[in-house]
Amino acid sequence: MLKLPIYMDNHATTPMDPRVLEAMMPYLREDFGNAASRNHPFGWKAEAAVEQARKQVAALIGASDKELVFTSGATESDNLAIKGVVEFYKDKGDHIITLKTEHKAVLDTCKRLERVRQERLDELKLMRLAQLTGAPVSRDNLAELSIKHDLDSDPVYRQWAEMPTGGARVTYLEVEKDGRIDLKKLEAAMTDKTILVSIMLANNEIGTVQPVAEIGKLCRQRGILFHCDAVQGIGKVPFNVEEMNVDLASITSHKMYGPKGVGALYVRRKPRVRIAPIIDGGGHERGMRSGTLNVAAIVGFGKAAELARLEMADESVRLLRLREKLRKGIMDQLDMVTVNGSMEHRLPGNLNISFAYVEGEALMMAIKDVAVSSGSACTSASLEPSYVLRACGVEEELAHSSIRFGLGRFNTEEEVDFVIKLMVDKVNRLREMSPLYEMAKEGIDLKSIEWTAH
Amino acid sequence: MAYSDKVIDHYENPRNVGTLDKADPNVGTGLVGAPACGDVMRLQLKISDEGIIEDAKFKTFGCGSAIASSSLVTEWVKGKTVDQAMTISNKDVARELALPPVKIHCSVLAEDAIKAAIEDFKKKRESRQQKA
Repeated sequence: MLKLPIYMDNHATTPMDPRVLEAMMPYLREDFGNAASRNHPFGWKAEAAVEQARKQVAALIGASDKELVFTSGATESDNLAIKGVVEFYKDKGDHIITLKTEHKAVLDTCKRLERVRQERLDELKLMRLAQLTGAPVSRDNLAELSIKHDLDSDPVYRQWAEMPTGGARVTYLEVEKDGRIDLKKLEAAMTDKTILVSIMLANNEIGTVQPVAEIGKLCRQRGILFHCDAVQGIGKVPFNVEEMNVDLASITSHKMYGPKGVGALYVRRKPRVRIAPIIDGGGHERGMRSGTLNVAAIVGFGKAAELARLEMADESVRLLRLREKLRKGIMDQLDMVTVNGSMEHRLPGNLNISFAYVEGEALMMAIKDVAVSSGSACTSASLEPSYVLRACGVEEELAHSSIRFGLGRFNTEEEVDFVIKLMVDKVNRLREMSPLYEMAKEGIDLKSIEWTAH
Repeated sequence: MAYSDKVIDHYENPRNVGTLDKADPNVGTGLVGAPACGDVMRLQLKISDEGIIEDAKFKTFGCGSAIASSSLVTEWVKGKTVDQAMTISNKDVARELALPPVKIHCSVLAEDAIKAAIEDFKKKRESRQQKA
């Protein structure tokens, strides 16, 4: 029997595998100890459980257990990797290269570092202008006086500006139409001040898998650290920090059938990568992340990682078959439908489709028995459609019409059959109500119309 | 985000979806919004020579609230005079459907669509009168 609603949003989060919950239960009950308690069996038991989980997670990515720092999740791991490297290597340089389609945890961290640098430079300008004018300078006059005194060619200011600011300069690389990076553009963006490249394994919206091994090789040749937000791809496509020359990798548990609120940052030991902590305290996790460990969640994370490692090969074949069934079932029965992102380099469970002339949120409302996501602006408060789709050159109207399906471990063929039929029915119904579909069918070029933007 | 029962009712059972003959001199067509913004509404009104709205049809590309807003105004304008229809404001629509702030633009679009359709009808009538 088909059970409704159907969950097909496995890029947002995944349900916990029952085997994971089972492994966690003792640590939520009798084995409650603090892993940092060194003097009694409660602590020893907790510590042993954490170390076992550390090995399980390390095995999944080809790392050693000593290279993993447990965090609260991938957002923290991304913050720690980027801010930690920028602070630690500030004397070496301050340039970061990333992608326009990265997760917000990476992009917003980079934007903050840019702001920090700009604020520091403004302070330096104020100091220099005070020297030059012999009087204190207000921020209101900063722009005007900077031009008047031509600070950009002032040797003293220029020397000051070369000193570490605590922030960073950031290059946000464009992606190609299929969502993939152009390695030549990456290489061209590298400078002698570049300390970090941060590029994801797989995209959370369109499932595009990046050429991580090639990026790692390039970074290694140039002596630049490589951070990979591996959240979406881990356990779905092969990922090995040794083979791929990854220096730092963000992982989270809840995208691979483990509990929420726990993740890890892989930090390479050979050659050694250093990061400054962003949370200070008791010196847990070799000083890189203070805070009492969430033992039960870490145990679940470890179990989830072990299951992912053992079952990935079979599971990815099954997911790919279901995904292709879904894609063909929809595309054979509906016209004016496009897939967003690369078909060749794609997560097996991901399908991101634009249904032209139908708005994404309306479509999600029509298929309320199926949980999916949309790139439509209407699903967010910002009123801007998906920045990932826009970066891939998808037109705004098609970005508004996109639906993301994320198939996972617990989806069945019966569910896929149900979703195909539902999608076809509802898209047809909404197109019957769509003035754009009617106009397109009449052969009217929608681009020739002067729309009243609002 | 949760929708109000009225939005869901209009979305699931939209009133007056369809197309009127654009060439009919008594039909005014309003097409407002933009595909790039994610909402386009087309409202068509059939207006008698006495200025009574006899029929109304819509088609909308947009979210559930946009579809509900257009469906609602087709119900409201039927039987009204042109002058009465012109007094329908987006606030009335937003209140009736209990739209949250982020969806107010849907009700604005519905008001704009009524005005655009009536304006189109008036233009048609003027050009007819000029010819006559």
